[in-house]
Amino acid sequence: MYAAFFFIFAGAAVGFAINLLIQRHPVYSALSLIGVMASLASLYLMLGAEFIAAVQVIVYAGAVMVLFIFVIMLLNAGEEERTQRSKLARQAGAPLLLILLSLVATVLYKQFPRDSMVQFGDFPGQTAPIGRLLFREFLLPFEVVSVLVLIAIVGAVVLARKEP
Amino acid sequence: MPEVTTAHYIFLSTALFTIGTIGVLTRRNVVIILMSIELILNAVNINLVAFSKQLLSINGQAFAVFIIVDAAAEAAVGLGIIIALFRNKETINADEIDLMKW
Repeated sequence: MYAAFFFIFAGAAVGFAINLLIQRHPVYSALSLIGVMASLASLYLMLGAEFIAAVQVIVYAGAVMVLFIFVIMLLNAGEEERTQRSKLARQAGAPLLLILLSLVATVLYKQFPRDSMVQFGDFPGQTAPIGRLLFREFLLPFEVVSVLVLIAIVGAVVLARKEP
Repeated sequence: MPEVTTAHYIFLSTALFTIGTIGVLTRRNVVIILMSIELILNAVNINLVAFSKQLLSINGQAFAVFIIVDAAAEAAVGLGIIIALFRNKETINADEIDLMKW
């Protein structure tokens, strides 16, 4: 059951990601990206990371994608014209990609031999431990990240402002 | 059905990372390049959460929260840059943005 759900959602994530590249209109790409985010949120739930799954849906699929769609609408971005790819890229691209993925698979198989593969154990209790960790051990990084967000807010406003 | 292990999640993460890299390298629309970068950051997050589960340590999930915050900040600034760029050059085609090309 677990494996079936994993393959369904992982396949959906990869399929939506490929669709993101294939679609020529940015709005369709944005919708595909929302599909990727939703599939990944389901995978996080299966990994027992309920808090991350909720944050993924709220922050990514909600806030960030609304920002993207808003900018696409604002810029009235049309379809992207496609130029002829270079010959080298067309012929060497697919084999090189295949080599890379098989290389990664081989290394993974070597690093995690089948007989010593770690099975997922029980991993209960999520949100409260994360909060405790963030506000105790990771207090300094947490504050630094809040400064980063402040800089990002000010920077976005300054960049998007109309020149006087 | 085979057991799902950490290796499966790492392979999924690699696939998403590769697709995101291909998007950054091949697409010309700047908005879609930004979306591909979001895809790459998501691929990193899968690794963190999967290892957090394997090692039974909550630290990975805390770092995933940091990365999500980072991605949101990056999207806000990136889209601000795109709007400023569009106001000045009337294009979001990465090939036509060559102001700093020598």
